Amino acid sequence: MPPTQQFCTFFLDGHVFGTPVPKVQEVLQHQEMTKVPLAPEVVSGLINLRGQIVSAIDLRRRLGLVDRPAGQLPMNVVVRTNEGAVSLLVDEIGDVIDVQEDTLEDPPETLQGFGREVVTGVYKLSGRLLLALDIDRIVDLVDLGEPKRNGEF
Amino acid sequence: MDEIVKDFLIESSENLDRLDQELVKLESSPSSRELLASVFRTIHTIKGSCGFLGFARLEKLTHAGENLLSRLRDGQLVLTAEITSGLLAMVDAVRQMLGAIKGTGADGNEDYTQLVEHLARLQENSFAAASPGPPPVKAIAPTPALASEPEANLVADPSRIGGVLLERGQVTPSDLAQALRQQEAGRKRIGEILVEQGAAHPEDVLSAQKTVEARNPEAAVETIRVGVNLLDRLMNLVGELVLARNQLLQFSSMRQDAGFQAVSQRMNLIATELQEEVMKTRMQPIGNVWDKFPRTVRDLALSCGKDVRLEMEGQDTELDRTIIEAIKDPLTHLVRNAIDHGIEPPETRKQAGKNAAGVLMLRAFHEGGQVNIEVSDDGAGLNPERIREKARERGLVSVQNATRMSDRDIFNLIFLPGFSTAEKVTNVSGRGVGMDVVKTNVEKIGGTVDVQSTAGKGTTVKVKIPLTLAIIPALMVTSGGERFAIPQVSLLELVRMENGEAGKGIEMVHGAPVYRLRGRLLPLVYLNRELQLPFDPSKEAASANIVVVQADGREFGLVVDEITDTEEIVVKPLGQQLKGLTAYSGATIMGDGRVALILDILGLAERARVISARDSALHEKEAEGTATSETEMGRQTLLIVQSGDERRMAIPLSLVARLEEFPSSSIEMTGSQEVIQYRGQIMPIVRLSRVNSDAASEGPSLDERRLQVVVYSEAGRSVGLVVDRILDIVEDTAAVQTPAQSQGLLGSSVLQKRVTDLLDVPNIVRNLVPGFIGATSERRL
Repeated sequence: MPPTQQFCTFFLDGHVFGTPVPKVQEVLQHQEMTKVPLAPEVVSGLINLRGQIVSAIDLRRRLGLVDRPAGQLPMNVVVRTNEGAVSLLVDEIGDVIDVQEDTLEDPPETLQGFGREVVTGVYKLSGRLLLALDIDRIVDLVDLGEPKRNGEF
Repeated sequence: MDEIVKDFLIESSENLDRLDQELVKLESSPSSRELLASVFRTIHTIKGSCGFLGFARLEKLTHAGENLLSRLRDGQLVLTAEITSGLLAMVDAVRQMLGAIKGTGADGNEDYTQLVEHLARLQENSFAAASPGPPPVKAIAPTPALASEPEANLVADPSRIGGVLLERGQVTPSDLAQALRQQEAGRKRIGEILVEQGAAHPEDVLSAQKTVEARNPEAAVETIRVGVNLLDRLMNLVGELVLARNQLLQFSSMRQDAGFQAVSQRMNLIATELQEEVMKTRMQPIGNVWDKFPRTVRDLALSCGKDVRLEMEGQDTELDRTIIEAIKDPLTHLVRNAIDHGIEPPETRKQAGKNAAGVLMLRAFHEGGQVNIEVSDDGAGLNPERIREKARERGLVSVQNATRMSDRDIFNLIFLPGFSTAEKVTNVSGRGVGMDVVKTNVEKIGGTVDVQSTAGKGTTVKVKIPLTLAIIPALMVTSGGERFAIPQVSLLELVRMENGEAGKGIEMVHGAPVYRLRGRLLPLVYLNRELQLPFDPSKEAASANIVVVQADGREFGLVVDEITDTEEIVVKPLGQQLKGLTAYSGATIMGDGRVALILDILGLAERARVISARDSALHEKEAEGTATSETEMGRQTLLIVQSGDERRMAIPLSLVARLEEFPSSSIEMTGSQEVIQYRGQIMPIVRLSRVNSDAASEGPSLDERRLQVVVYSEAGRSVGLVVDRILDIVEDTAAVQTPAQSQGLLGSSVLQKRVTDLLDVPNIVRNLVPGFIGATSERRL
């Protein structure tokens, strides 16, 4: 019996993504957000998570997918990172599933669109593929360039 | 890690901090038995514990130190600077070992053999040197033979249990000496040993203990050790409570239920009180930071060859621990700077008729909800000329500005990045980093730095910081549909303009919006535009709310859509993803549970270019100048422009309707008159460069693509005066010092230390624009 790992799955533009369960702190319905003017566009806003202020990252934008259709409210997957909790906005939340390590493959070379650097691998599930995300890289926006700043100083 | 080891580490590091101070103090009063006893006790405790915990290397080192100290304590040695340095080196080594224990659980590989030997040598050498001379300290200086019989010279130390018992005759000296020896060998307490041996009655020991506690109040104070994490958590929870309280109050104000309102009022009071008390638990005296300075000063003064006396005042002044942490480095830097640059070498001081020893003074006190910390020295003071020169050399200010600036502004230039007047770079300071970092760090926690100096007398750096960062009062505003909090400390006043006043009240100078606030020009920043939020120009023309704020000593107006309320807000940090945004200092949660951003006024000002790090000092001066002048009679606000061949001209600002910029292509001709279409009018253009200068030297059209135009209006008609540059706005008496030599000029005056022509605008307009006849042409201005 090959080793298995539990994955929390979610949907984005028809694709199935997932991250190991221990990385996920909680899953929330759509939350009211406060926009942060001048912030990088992948940061949708700030949410109040029981008194803690958490940045919400739009995973569609972070992965270079098309924007969510207007009117469709995203859900929050709150993940644990070294810098504290961060919320990832997803279309819909999926099941928690057991994946077998031997079904893991490296992300295909052709995977360009949604930032290959944040996809750690692809699990071959029956009938579909699960893209495993590297949470720490996703929340690290440094490679997206500095947020807009006021020019020279 | 073992609980015991943890406790040992905490206790030891506190003891070591005290040791540093005590050793430095000891140097000035080498014969203080009390200090010696305390130092000895500390090292002895560490030695005892590490023997018990199995840190052999640490034990060996502290043992060597203890031996040396015991000789000092027994008066066999006199403390010299060399011994003090040796002991301080030991303290450092112990600290390093403790660090190693904290990190790895073992006392490291370094066994400090050299140091141990050095300590042993100090003990021998000094003894040899001291013994032939007269008996060093007091009459009881024992011979070596006597020293081996400690009971013979056992002195009743009234601050210890044994001493009290001895004093009362409840124990014999020999029993006590024996018990003391046992105590040093083991870990039992003296009372226990004495009782076990039947040398003293348990009741006597208990009563002696009470006496000791009464005599040493510190020992008896009821304190418990609480983890910093717990306090932080507590603070967070109180923050939550404050938010819930705000929510509750909002809710109760909508209800007509008297009972409910009473309960929520009571809840309000309790929450406020709780908040204050919890804040207090995080308060620490600033002395905790200063305690390190005697050592720093001693070492630094020695290495710089200077003689420095450190004085402190207000050690008890309390600050939030996060702030204590944040000012530690800036203060250390200021202290180092004062010794390295401020205080002169002893010979120089003597020549200047000063005491050879320089005084470094640290002062802290509360004032208006803020803490003031001053670091002053009685050294050479700052040399304004040298700073001026240096600033010019480095291109930090223009030549013009440098000569114009007051000494005080000049002094504050030392806070600019890349500035250092130190002739030589030492390992202490002079690398050109430092003062700007001090300023940045202090400003990061909402504080300010100012420097004052008198040549030959000394320098004082004043640091003002808020008491706490966790909960602050703030003004809530909305702009572009979003809510923002403006910290109260940045707030000066609020201005509201209604019924179409905004369109008139807000004027444009050089493309930048300004507002005349009691006669002076306040630069404006539209928050919505600055943050790229949506806005409605028609609404803005009708009414405007100006929040007058200050950052870095410079005032400006923040135009917002609405001003709602002031509230106590709990400052929460922004995630790492948003750290790069200088416009916000954090976020908070409002009564309705939603998040609001806290504006960083300084960051916003820099972003909007209202101030720039570089010339803020200059602006400050101007702001001061204009703020004070308003009350004086005969002063007026003048627009200074430059036109043709570096000529400076001044126009009373009251005659200026607007400042505009046009592309030169928009100039058209009617007859021989240049005109521009402006606001549905045909506006004649006058080139000021042709006024009273050789018209021939200036061609009819400057090939500049943009024209700077000062619009003058009279009786509903406008004339545009073309200038080369708009230089400044100043307030001055504009007293004519040279009468007019030609038409179009009222005369000349000295403004900003430069000769400036005062223009007679109505006259110029009448002479140069034939068609322009004001309805009230008699009116002279």
